[in-house]
Amino acid sequence: MNRIESKWKELKKKGLKAFIAFITAGDPCLEDTYKIVLEMERQGADIIELGIPFSDPIADGPVIQASSNRALEKRTNLNKILLLVKDLRKKTDIPIVFLSYYNPIFHYGIEKFVEDAVKSGVDGVIVADLPPEEAKEIKIFSSKKGLDTIFLAAPTSLKERLHKIAEASTGFIYCVSVAGVTGARNSLAQSLKRRVVDIKKLTDRPVAVGFGISNIQTAKWVASFADGVIVGSAIVKVIQDNLEKKDLISKVGKLVKDLASAIHKA
Amino acid sequence: MKNISPDTQGHWGKFGGKFVSETLMCALEELSSAYNEAIKDKNFKQDLNNCLKQYAGRPTPLYYAERFSKKTGVRVYLKREDLLHTGAHKINNTIGQAFLAKRMGKKRLIAETGAGQHGVATATVAALLGMPCDVYMGEDDIKRQKLNVFKMKLLGTKVIPVKTGSKTLKDAINEALRDWVTNVKTTYYLLGSVVGPHPYPVIVRDFQSVIGEETKRQIRKLEGRLPDYVVACVGGGSNSMGMFYPFIKERKVKLIGVEAGGLGLASGKHGASLCKGTEGVLHGARTYILQDKDGQIASTHSVAPGLDYSGVGPEHAHLKQTGRTSYYTVKDKDAMDAFFMLSHLEGILPALESSHAIAWVKNFAINFKKNDLVVVNLSGRGDKDVDIVEDYINPVRN
Ligand SMILES: Cc1ncc(COP(=O)(O)O)c(C=O)c1O
Repeated sequence: MNRIESKWKELKKKGLKAFIAFITAGDPCLEDTYKIVLEMERQGADIIELGIPFSDPIADGPVIQASSNRALEKRTNLNKILLLVKDLRKKTDIPIVFLSYYNPIFHYGIEKFVEDAVKSGVDGVIVADLPPEEAKEIKIFSSKKGLDTIFLAAPTSLKERLHKIAEASTGFIYCVSVAGVTGARNSLAQSLKRRVVDIKKLTDRPVAVGFGISNIQTAKWVASFADGVIVGSAIVKVIQDNLEKKDLISKVGKLVKDLASAIHKA
Repeated sequence: MKNISPDTQGHWGKFGGKFVSETLMCALEELSSAYNEAIKDKNFKQDLNNCLKQYAGRPTPLYYAERFSKKTGVRVYLKREDLLHTGAHKINNTIGQAFLAKRMGKKRLIAETGAGQHGVATATVAALLGMPCDVYMGEDDIKRQKLNVFKMKLLGTKVIPVKTGSKTLKDAINEALRDWVTNVKTTYYLLGSVVGPHPYPVIVRDFQSVIGEETKRQIRKLEGRLPDYVVACVGGGSNSMGMFYPFIKERKVKLIGVEAGGLGLASGKHGASLCKGTEGVLHGARTYILQDKDGQIASTHSVAPGLDYSGVGPEHAHLKQTGRTSYYTVKDKDAMDAFFMLSHLEGILPALESSHAIAWVKNFAINFKKNDLVVVNLSGRGDKDVDIVEDYINPVRN
């Protein structure tokens, strides 16, 4: 059983919903990413999503775009991020999932990427611009090596596509809350609940919801019907607002703590 | 023929495909089926052809450039896309796609633009069809193509400056894709070249193929045979694809694509994705791209804004790999010289993009055989470029 699967088991046993926390690796620098990951775990995050910075992040809004740029300015790359995960694995068993665009991993070499990711202690990968139709290559190597591949289900995905997505996904399914790019929204459409319920009918795998969840109320509401809640931009915004400050890590920790308790108890 | 049709998901061999957010997948499927229905519909075709003829000014002449031919020692015909309404081949595609958008019941058009030619051509059809339109344009391009920015505004389009990344065409496409994913139900994304996810490379190629089809008919009539060389510049690859496509099956016709050599390939400041790029995935398609050792998209340079792009249409990538087409580069300086030469010899100010194709003929001249017949696609006129040319002649002016 891999780390993601045992995490879902553990949470289920305790009757808790999962809090999945996203940050961009290398923002503001890899040393801080190391500290932030451990702090987020301490404050109650269940799964860590590490964004692989990319020059052309078309699925991202301004906050994560800027974060990606900061990481690239520090010359963050896949090699260094894999080393970071290796280091983290000496300290923690928290599930770690990469969120990338296809080109950086395609350029690295899909087979080599999967092999090195697993060797470094990465548990899964989400590729923002890779629908199941184009994922044959990565699926072949991932299933051989035991790397989870998590696909996104969109508000525009019809039943037929949802089947494809559910079938291709391992680890969990990433339900995108709104049509659009990443970034905080004040509220989400009520119809989201219906969609999550529909997806859950198609699969036994956990369904986590992400995009736009920025405050405690929304997180709580989403956790009331989904298996997990993914928060990205809201955390990255705290990093952005505290770049030069000494208490950057604890500021992030504070938000993570509040979100974790809201989500767990929902 | 295996070269010509991609599979149902838009793959030519290993190139092409649909590498997009899941949210856009249904929109691409909707677009594919709407397009396949439209091209079977006689009325659609008739409306399109009427508009191309009465409004845009097709067919364009195939003009024998006598003085240029004499100078270069080879017989050169120019396909005069520069004479079209709005001054470039881009209108062929925007009329086609805007008609399609209307047919699909979409309420709003969005587009990206580099040189501004595609933006102007989109703004023009938006006005013609009475549809609201937003065009994304890199801040750097806004500065160097002021005339086109003003034209778009006059036509009632909103030009949205893009401040991210390299502030040129690739970033304008990123921003247009972000808009589309947010407003996908109501908005039609009118892509300007044979790039992007399937079915765009097919749709744009088909709408641009009128260039090659006319050329074929015209040259047969004028010369009683097909040309030995067909030459076109390659930015995203739409004017070249439209010119090449009807000639692909004519194996004896050499197809030459000319990319932006910028300040020279060794300088790293160029736009030569086919000549110098490596395989990758950009803007929804697997193709040749300019990227660094980590797979980050490189920024590009060309004196011609329409060639300043780090990717290229996937069908070109495939044609290159099969060896059916050949690609060369022409530097800024040589393109500029060709601009002056055509202006002086023929009284035609070519777009700086098209000047790259002209320059290739000029540079290659000693290699042609005595009776070789060359067709160059003059994709656009140079009015939009006079500021750039002026700065080039007189660099202290700033
Ligand atoms: C006149 C002209 N030619 C060529 C191009 C390059 O595009 P493509 O390679 O798609 O024809 C442009 C693009 O803006 C253009 O304006």
